[in-house]
Amino acid sequence: MTFYIPQDTTALALGADAVAAALQAAGNEPVRNGSRGLFWLEPLLEVETDQGRIGFGPVSAEDIPSILDALSDDASAHPLYQGEIAAIPYLASQQRLTYARSGEGDPLCLDNYRRLDGFTGLKNALALSGQQIVDQVKESGLRGRGGAAFPAGIKWQTVHGCDAAQKYIVCNADEGDSGTFADRLVMESDPYQLIEGMTIAGLAVGATQGYIYLRSEYPKAHQLLNAAIEKATVANFLGDNIQGSGKRFDLEVRLGAGAYICGEETSLLESLEGKRGMVRAKPPLPAIEGLFGKPTVVNNVLTLAAISTILAQGAAAYQNFGMGRSRGTLAIQLAGNIKRGGLIELAFGVTLRQVVEDYGQGTFSGRPIRAIQVGGPLGAFLPESQWDTPMDYEAFAAIKAMIGHGGVVVFDDTADMAAQARFAMEFCVAESCGKCTPCRIGSVRGVEVIDRIVAGENRDDNLILLHELCDTMEMGSLCAMGGMTPFPVRSALTHFGQDFGTSSQDLSGSGDH
Amino acid sequence: MGVGRLSSHQTQGAVSTLVEQYKDLPGAMLPLLHAIQAELGYVPDSAVPVIAKGLNLSRAEVHGVISFYHDFKTHPVGKHSVQICRAEACQSMGSRQLEAHAKALLGVDYHETTADGNITLEPVYCLGNCACSPSIRIDDDIHARVSPERFEQLISQLGVSK
Ligand SMILES: Cc1cc2nc3c(=O)[nH]c(=O)nc-3n(C[C@H](O)[C@H](O)[C@H](O)COP(=O)(O)O)c2cc1C
Ligand code: SF4
Ligand code: FES
Repeated sequence: MTFYIPQDTTALALGADAVAAALQAAGNEPVRNGSRGLFWLEPLLEVETDQGRIGFGPVSAEDIPSILDALSDDASAHPLYQGEIAAIPYLASQQRLTYARSGEGDPLCLDNYRRLDGFTGLKNALALSGQQIVDQVKESGLRGRGGAAFPAGIKWQTVHGCDAAQKYIVCNADEGDSGTFADRLVMESDPYQLIEGMTIAGLAVGATQGYIYLRSEYPKAHQLLNAAIEKATVANFLGDNIQGSGKRFDLEVRLGAGAYICGEETSLLESLEGKRGMVRAKPPLPAIEGLFGKPTVVNNVLTLAAISTILAQGAAAYQNFGMGRSRGTLAIQLAGNIKRGGLIELAFGVTLRQVVEDYGQGTFSGRPIRAIQVGGPLGAFLPESQWDTPMDYEAFAAIKAMIGHGGVVVFDDTADMAAQARFAMEFCVAESCGKCTPCRIGSVRGVEVIDRIVAGENRDDNLILLHELCDTMEMGSLCAMGGMTPFPVRSALTHFGQDFGTSSQDLSGSGDH
Repeated sequence: MGVGRLSSHQTQGAVSTLVEQYKDLPGAMLPLLHAIQAELGYVPDSAVPVIAKGLNLSRAEVHGVISFYHDFKTHPVGKHSVQICRAEACQSMGSRQLEAHAKALLGVDYHETTADGNITLEPVYCLGNCACSPSIRIDDDIHARVSPERFEQLISQLGVSK
């Protein structure tokens, strides 16, 4: 029997190390695998038995003796028994491409990665020209997973077409949105997939140096990525003359320093160059003048991870998933006040209601769901009337919402939506880079005005003022920080007006101001 | 973390060594500041001219970078760092009550250190543990589903700080 207990951040945060220690004490050295992303079951103990790979969860150290007893008798009689891992409905119903390997084994084990089809994409890419790789990415229909959903192939074509001695691949691993952990899960549970995707990107556009800009809030991912890069380099999947191809690609992790705005790609590049993370005006595009002024691909972790799948399985296979112009799979991250939170990888098109009801099984508190925020702190709060919207970039844009990086944060009926609107403005105050006045000053005013509305001071005038402030921020901001902070604010006003002490009719802002 | 009791001479020595070590790295500033902070616990004012000289920048530019990022501290901090997640997923699970409880228990506000120098309390915006909120980070360990009672337990493991 082989025992597995994850070393991913959430499993550790729920006591996985103590479970591992209890197993050791009983003479069973566990494999420290990655997580499946079924966080409601963490720490999830998996056991490879004659009857297949079965699970117990959520497990604490005290449960180990009884689980070991059950294993030598009738495992299914144990109250924490979850049956065969692959048959757990939450997992079995997913369409896992990026997360197919997640949780299978030790994330740093190269043999395990190769056994599970790892480096197939790289092998295929090494047999292609740069242009042929770019064509594959275009054909796949892959759009950037960091939030803006820009077609990856078109960005790569631009960098490919630049004539420069030095080009860069930069992985955006800043994952700042609340409610998101998909990048973290890739980096902690399947880091070679990201390394492989970045190497393929380097081959495609002719870049020999890559940087992963990782947020400092992820110490475990930092440790695992560094270890993975070291092992991949020793095994010649990175560095000079990769697998005898004559091609070179070097990779380094750089830590951010706690600034949300550094997730915006030009701010990120400034930060990588060692400066304040001030957003740059575009043009020039980073693809043409990016890091240190050189042509640079900036892509999210999930975009680059998907590249490994596309090159391994073919563009057509990838683009078969999805709806409309949203191709492939979406990593939905179900979070907040939810009974069964976790990573749900599905083709685009599933509705929000299916996600929170079928997967999530309602709130953690057991109370009714009131609002759902999708797409991070700049995403709108959606009332129940909007939960049947399919998760597709265009469908969400049509209701003034966004998929963003795929974070879904659930609030129960005790949520105070005026407090949430205030927080959206407060967050903008804390995280604005300061370049544009509407964002820097507008958000400060926004907090004050919301306070006055809630206190009942000149409510009508202040409501008009708040909408005008939102208009100014939307129109006068260089990036989505200032430009989209109004989305959560306005959606809270429109759909949850009673929390501001007013009926929602007065609040839609569609009036005559 | 922070040793705190180095003489200014030793501090300067440590900073100079790190500047020498990092200065030729492309985009050396952030890795260097992280390294200084890992060694000293904060980035002392006296480090600024040394960094400026090593990286061929003005002191104002170095100050500008340090002040831009929430991570970099310019004053000594406590032996332990305790960060409470203030972001939305944690809010939906009661982080507002948790932060009020933490401040009352420790007798400090955010960015302050307990009187015994043991704990510095900080806000953080998401630790990527949003499916099992509320989340806190103590030094490099993240903790999930932290109720006020659990918070007290975790704090008591850090030694006295009231
Ligand atoms: C305020 C702000 C924050 C952002 N944060 C992130 C982030 O944390 N991670 C990310 O990948 N993209 C983030 N983005 C989007 C990036 O600017 C950029 O679109 C992305 O890195 C491009 O990669 P992709 O095409 O693969 O998505 C952010 C954008 C803005 C305006
Ligand atoms: S909108 Fe805000 S964060 Fe974006 S560039 Fe302007 S000031 Fe900076
Ligand atoms: S919102 Fe608190 S961990 Fe993500």
